[in-house]
Amino acid sequence: MSTVSRTLAQSIVQHRATKPVLFVAALIPVTLLTIGVVQHTLGPNPAETLIRSLGDWTLRFLCLTLAVTPLRQWTGLTALARLRRMLGLFTVFYAALHFSTYAVFDMGLVWPDIVRDIAKRPFILVGSAAFLLLLPLAATSFNRAIRWLGPARWQRLHRAVYAVGLLAILHFFWMRAGKRNFGEVAVYGAIVALLLGWRVVRATRGARYFMKLGSHSAKG
Amino acid sequence: MLLLKDRGFVHPVASEITPRAVFAARRRWLVAIGALGALGPRLARAGAASNGAPLPSARSAVAGAITMEKVTPLADAISYNNYYEFGTDKSDPAQHAHALKTRPWSVSIEGEVKKPIALSIDDLLKLAPMEERIYRLRCVEGWSMVIPWVGYSLSELIRRVEPTGNAKYVQFVTLADRAQMPGLTSSVLDWPYVEGLRIDEAMHPLTLLTFGMYGQLLPNQNGAPLRLVVPWKYGFKSGKSLVKIRFVEKQPATSWSLAAPDEYGFYSNVNPNVDHPRWSQASERRLGEGDLFAKKRPTLMFNGYEPQVGSLYAGMDLKKFF
Repeated sequence: MSTVSRTLAQSIVQHRATKPVLFVAALIPVTLLTIGVVQHTLGPNPAETLIRSLGDWTLRFLCLTLAVTPLRQWTGLTALARLRRMLGLFTVFYAALHFSTYAVFDMGLVWPDIVRDIAKRPFILVGSAAFLLLLPLAATSFNRAIRWLGPARWQRLHRAVYAVGLLAILHFFWMRAGKRNFGEVAVYGAIVALLLGWRVVRATRGARYFMKLGSHSAKG
Repeated sequence: MLLLKDRGFVHPVASEITPRAVFAARRRWLVAIGALGALGPRLARAGAASNGAPLPSARSAVAGAITMEKVTPLADAISYNNYYEFGTDKSDPAQHAHALKTRPWSVSIEGEVKKPIALSIDDLLKLAPMEERIYRLRCVEGWSMVIPWVGYSLSELIRRVEPTGNAKYVQFVTLADRAQMPGLTSSVLDWPYVEGLRIDEAMHPLTLLTFGMYGQLLPNQNGAPLRLVVPWKYGFKSGKSLVKIRFVEKQPATSWSLAAPDEYGFYSNVNPNVDHPRWSQASERRLGEGDLFAKKRPTLMFNGYEPQVGSLYAGMDLKKFF
């Protein structure tokens, strides 16, 4: 990335309007889906469309969140870091909607049935596990929590998001396995593998490897 | 209506069955407000894939052939389909099935029969009087529809070809043409799609050789130009776009059973007491009611056709022969 384009990108990302714009943009999917519900344009099986669309967006925001750090290292745009928390919290937001719509429209909020479903259906079990893992991450995303935990403990806790990524892909894979419909699973699986693999390489080769790479691109 | 037995859900009267003109009007309405989402262009394409030609019929007198429940809107029945030869998404068949060429079309009747023959679709359309049957359709995925099919009992065809004493089963083969079916490049299933019935299931009056729905010829995405409908079994047993009907001695292979033998059995009778290994079959979502908040309903034994077909399975362990 040339110095000119990086400076421009940096100033866009750092701009104080960027976070509000991203916030509004992240609400577009749920807004469109709500409009779809009201106007009956979600197709013949609106409950299924709603639950699955919300699941899709959860996975997308999860991938975006996981992409922040590699992208930051790769482009040298350190300002991207300030967007990570918002993306992570939107992941939890969509996950909560995905789980709630499943509980309400698929299971009629009958909790004994939901518990039985979790026990009977492996893909619901791993999905619930992924969602439960996200909750402490959301709870400790605020500045006071970061200070209370201390940076080292906070970072170790938040590495749980890697497990969430793997559980999410497994959840998606098993859900599609019933009808052997694996195209999209393969795409998201590849993305998550790439994003997690990046962490593995960094851990084995050392952070300095990536800093050197970053400085190469800084030279343009 | 004093003659209706309360089976646990409301039986509307026949006058509540939505007239065809209203189906079509709803379709236009949905297209109009579909400007926001994908529904508009999807329905337009779905309409294009429909053949549209009327197929007159008389109301069937076969026991169990006409349900009094609310018929699913045509727009839903032609835009929400599992027809993997045209793609695995529910909206794929409506988008891609226009490529299917339904004329000329020939069905080969072969195997353990005294009179094997290849019949053209036009021969088959004239073979027996067309009946209208309003059947429940229950998909293994857990949703259901109520569809007014047009056809005649498969037994009309079977009688004419005179199966031999060795004909214990019937196999149904769907078209598998790479030129017309983009989904065939995927190995999600082995192609061609094959299904099968026991000979007594095939001879049952409710087993319908189907040529139309909603008073017109079958749309491509629903299995044009002819398909099977076996209402007491999960929907995947009802093979579409048939090219071959073979009479065989041994239980034939069926596509979903080959793909996942512990999940899909040969019989696949609708049974709320026999769960799919990975989900319950005790309830289903009736589509086309238009209401997101509509509750799921309990699934009925043999999809509600127990009085008509229960005797076929007397004494059979339905958990073992699923």
